[in-house]
Amino acid sequence: MAQEKASQICIVTVTGVDKVGIVAKLATVMARANINIVDINQKILEDTFVMTMAVDVAEAAIGMDKIKTHLDRVGKDMALKITIQDENIFKAMHRV
Amino acid sequence: MRISVEEVYETVRMTLDHHFDIRTVTLGINLKDCIDRDIAPLTQRVRERIVEKGQLLNRCADLIVQKYGIPITNRRIAVTPASLLLEPLPKTKATVVRFARALDAAARKADIDFLGGFGAMVQKGTTAAEENLIDAIPEALSKTQRICGFLNLASTHAGINMNAVAKMGHILKDLAGRSENGIGCAKIAVFANVPEDNPFMAGAHHGIGEPDYSLNIGISGPGVVRNIVAKNPDCDLTQLSEVIKRTVFKITRAGELIGREMAGLMGVPFGIVDISLAPTTSTGDSVAEIIEAMGVGQIGSPGSTAALALLIDAVKKGGAMASGNVGGLSGTFIPVSEDEGMIRAVRDGTLSLEKLEALTSVCSVGLDMFAVPGDTPPEIISGIIADELSIGVANNKTTSVRIIPAPGRKAGDILHFGGLLGSAPVMKVPGVSTCRFVQRRGRMPSPILSLRN
Repeated sequence: MAQEKASQICIVTVTGVDKVGIVAKLATVMARANINIVDINQKILEDTFVMTMAVDVAEAAIGMDKIKTHLDRVGKDMALKITIQDENIFKAMHRV
Repeated sequence: MRISVEEVYETVRMTLDHHFDIRTVTLGINLKDCIDRDIAPLTQRVRERIVEKGQLLNRCADLIVQKYGIPITNRRIAVTPASLLLEPLPKTKATVVRFARALDAAARKADIDFLGGFGAMVQKGTTAAEENLIDAIPEALSKTQRICGFLNLASTHAGINMNAVAKMGHILKDLAGRSENGIGCAKIAVFANVPEDNPFMAGAHHGIGEPDYSLNIGISGPGVVRNIVAKNPDCDLTQLSEVIKRTVFKITRAGELIGREMAGLMGVPFGIVDISLAPTTSTGDSVAEIIEAMGVGQIGSPGSTAALALLIDAVKKGGAMASGNVGGLSGTFIPVSEDEGMIRAVRDGTLSLEKLEALTSVCSVGLDMFAVPGDTPPEIISGIIADELSIGVANNKTTSVRIIPAPGRKAGDILHFGGLLGSAPVMKVPGVSTCRFVQRRGRMPSPILSLRN
């Protein structure tokens, strides 16, 4: 039986104003870092565009600090707030 | 089930917009095994341990911040009460000051901004070494930058050590006189029923019932709670308590996760999550503003004590549901100088010293970071301390006093401390200029614990 590889899921959150190319730019950052995108969702909440992207960083070629730097650059270029956090923080806060 | 966009957004907004943070990760370190009859080997062992563990604390905290994206504002160390370590050494001020300087140097080298535990447990009586430490407090704290002091002067089981309370009036005035605006007094708190695992300064220490190491964590989200209260302007108080509970549950769970993982990374036992609401001077991060959002016009006006009681009860219920490790102070901090709403209320004349004292009877930490005129006599300062500690003793809870007698200043003046310490309007101290009650000294007996009316 094939052993499933351990995964480490992080959630990338993008908030701001929707525009062309957000997913493309993030996907490029992730592909270059060998990070698999697991899931993408988006909604308008309290008049703000919110997109969440679940990514698996278990096989990432670079550390969290570098990923953050790349995301900050995308955020600055596109006037968006972008954060990346381990999924467990959300599970701890929102699941009993 | 994967986390929804709404849930992620709620958490992200807490940190981005409402100042949710891990206010402190505090490593408790046992130093009892460093005790020696000679000060040189004592200071060397203490220094090595603090530097090693302090650097590890900083490294691990950086990793955790990157992983979870929740800021860890302060990284601190609490040690075994210094008086215990000084017991076998010569009873001279020079010894105490030398030891304080060694702790200070170690904290600086480890890049730890505050190190707590420079103090003693003297609720029932005072040993010669403790007496010596108390006498050396003004010099020790004014010649160091990062050392915080605490003294437990009272407990429900022992009563109040009024000899020590009477002495502290003089000690605090001396300490105040050695720093600009008396700010040196921000580094020492006196307690009734001090907890052994409190992660917050100035009162943190590593109690004698603690293991070799203990990683304690203080979460804080007044801004988050204020936001949820403001979003529910019309619900009744039962429902308001429910929404506060739910919010505090979430932030406590975040603290619990981060504390456990930090402890695991460091290879030390996880101690407690302190769920105290701790304000900062940042706009919106105020406890007074929560009370005001609940519908009390301004903190200090009628309704404030009831609102604070409801708030802290909901905080405790939400926190206790979220973690089996809730401990420390776990109340609501209402320091005057560090909370914009408190500063405003004192300046406007809505909040007096008497009402502040009443508020502390329902929240845990007591009279904190408030200034009184520089000419307030030592007996009156001791009287203020005795009043506050008796609230703790009689109600079987922690209370503390962190008072700043500001040299040369009078009621109504505003002191600017800067940074995290904020600014404090000097409060009027009512009454006469002596307190014969304090001068009687002795020990106030422990209170009866039945006939509770």
